Amino acid sequence: MKSPYQNTHQLFASDEYKNTLKEQILKNFFHNPIKHMYLYVDAWFNFAFGTKNNPLYHLGSLAFFLLWIVLVSGLYVFVVFDTSITGAFQSVEAMTEQWYLAGIMRSLHRYASDAVIAVVLLHIIREFSLDRYRGFRWFSWFTGTPNLWLMILLGISGYWLVWDQLAQYVAIGSSQLLDALPIFSGAMSRNFLSGNLSDRFFTLMAFVHLLGLPVMLVFGLWIHVKRLTKVEVIVPRGLAIGSFLALLILSLIKPAVSHEQADLSIVPSVLNLDWFYLNVYPLLDYFTPGETLILAVAISSLLMIMPWLPTKRTPPAVVVDLNHCNGCSQCFEDCPFDAISMQARTDGARWDMEPIVDPALCAACGICVGSCPYSNPSRRSETRLATGIDLPDQPIHQIRTATKTVLTELSSSKVKIVIFGCNHGIDLTEINAPDIATITLPCTGMLPPAFIDYTLRHGADSVLISGCRSQDCYYRFGNHWLEKRIKGERTPILNKRVNREHFEFVGYAEIDKIQLLKNIETIRQRILNEGQS
Amino acid sequence: MKTGLRYILQTINYSIFMLIVWYFSVAPAYTHLDVCQSVVVLAFGHAGQSVSKCRKRTPEELAALPPNMRNPMICPRERSPIEVELLLDDKLLFTEIFNPQGVSGDWGVDVYRRFNVPSGKHNLKMRLKDSVRVKDFNYIYEVDVDLKAAQLLTIDFQPEKGGFSVR
Ligand code: HEM
Repeated sequence: MKSPYQNTHQLFASDEYKNTLKEQILKNFFHNPIKHMYLYVDAWFNFAFGTKNNPLYHLGSLAFFLLWIVLVSGLYVFVVFDTSITGAFQSVEAMTEQWYLAGIMRSLHRYASDAVIAVVLLHIIREFSLDRYRGFRWFSWFTGTPNLWLMILLGISGYWLVWDQLAQYVAIGSSQLLDALPIFSGAMSRNFLSGNLSDRFFTLMAFVHLLGLPVMLVFGLWIHVKRLTKVEVIVPRGLAIGSFLALLILSLIKPAVSHEQADLSIVPSVLNLDWFYLNVYPLLDYFTPGETLILAVAISSLLMIMPWLPTKRTPPAVVVDLNHCNGCSQCFEDCPFDAISMQARTDGARWDMEPIVDPALCAACGICVGSCPYSNPSRRSETRLATGIDLPDQPIHQIRTATKTVLTELSSSKVKIVIFGCNHGIDLTEINAPDIATITLPCTGMLPPAFIDYTLRHGADSVLISGCRSQDCYYRFGNHWLEKRIKGERTPILNKRVNREHFEFVGYAEIDKIQLLKNIETIRQRILNEGQS
Repeated sequence: MKTGLRYILQTINYSIFMLIVWYFSVAPAYTHLDVCQSVVVLAFGHAGQSVSKCRKRTPEELAALPPNMRNPMICPRERSPIEVELLLDDKLLFTEIFNPQGVSGDWGVDVYRRFNVPSGKHNLKMRLKDSVRVKDFNYIYEVDVDLKAAQLLTIDFQPEKGGFSVR
């Protein structure tokens, strides 16, 4: 469609455009309100913490960090804990009395455990809001849920060990739930009637809490991140310091305390429940243990099968073309989803290695296409630009053709700006102005840096690359790798001779369209000024 | 200026987060049992008597069996259902018939039932029948109790100790 405006400036300044923009923003908002609300919160955190330390970008590793605090404080607490039914309560009370050391350790142990659940809930909300749970990501989502369960069981068994009235409530509720399982069939609960309880149970519980569940959790988490590469296991330092200090201050202001000592001849009436962990027990006052179990299983099953409600199709996986591969293994280095591995060369070529792709793991993000040294649009030999690894649905040749086409279209324009965007940041099809041309890739990580050079040399005044928000690539590392390639820190690097003034790499989410328009306008002004001088 | 503002905003964010963590770790308080309520728990494990007595096999029956299986006694494995009634101040609080578990119905049953009752003085009557071969309840027990607030009263059943007991 031909725009009635001469240039971007006229277009953006027109009332008509402003109204359409408002409409678009509203429409997009209501199209996916959860995602949009999330993105506003995300922007606020970016403002407060900076993109590097935005906790929302590090929820997984923040959970790991909190688990480390839980572990270290737990070891301390264990040393001073008395693992017997008669001594447990007193030993925990003694910790709280020593407020400056054992008390702090106990509080850190409790609050860090609570914070893990809070952080994991945010982690779930984030992956869901940003639609990062379906398609090729089903595995991470599916294997995440059992870890939540293990965490909750870990918390429950921990509360049990204090042997106060809350522990008693938890113990009786748990045994009622266990009795509802056909394997126990009703004998469990009688253990918790006065006079029936032995130390044996308590030792079992301590074993479960100290060894059984933690080992299972470590294994579960290993599985959870198995399909990801370069998993961030260490949280950025700023966040580590901040969250540790916050926990420490909370522990000093509001130390963790117990209820009264357990007494099996009474029933605890008012309980200060830890809702992060003990939320299932009140259900027992409204439903039978069997119904409660069914409800809990139903909710977690529903959570687990979310990736298929409905599922999301992943485009066909990348395909290797050994005729254009020198086995440099950069694609293997860059793949965020562990879909590429290297093996000994099979085609008799003089190189040692070749990549192979596991289609089941491939996200079709194209990041490997961007890392292949053969994806250079200036290679002349072929009529068709062939590369070592390519996306069947949107091959690199097609992107070169699109670039050529838009450059021809812009040739008569006074200002020529080419924008490369991605499928997950701002929708560039909504940006329709006469002196701008847009090309959308699955991910900006797919853009070989040589394309910047190519586009500028073939007539563009400026190239703008608009990816996801910095640190928040939909495909984990796309914008990060491209930035490094541009800076010359990762191959294939951008030719040093390319004038850095003539292109810009920005990161925006769907809701940041106005900022992008401002960017475009600044670039336009700069080009016009340069033209005049 | 900007860094200072950022630190302030971060502090606010951390504080909100920690407030949430602290609040939900102890609140809102949950009332599991109202004041002036007590709890009666009926809990026991018991196997009903077998449905019929052991009897001697007739010589014909014995002859029909292979020599290595000629046990002179025949004892049915199936157990009787257990019928229980619990009355509080002569009002029926609970009644149920528990069928024996297991494929051949030869296992016992485990019972755990909880009742919230107002605290104070009560009369409790318990009855149990564990044999199809008797007409009426074969175990009966009656007791007057004075339940304190939040007290847990356990009703146990152990036939070898004479049947019901409370503690
Ligand atoms: C203790 C619990 C958990 C911990 C410590 C944890 C930790 C992590 C970590 C470290 C990552 C990798 C992040 C990265 O480096 O890019 C991750 C990814 C992921 N987690 Fe979890 N997680 C937990 C529970 C869950 C749960 C309960 C779910 C959902 C039901 C979930 C869903 C996901 C998804 C979908 C990804 C993939 C993200 C991506 O592909 O970019 N996680 N998790």
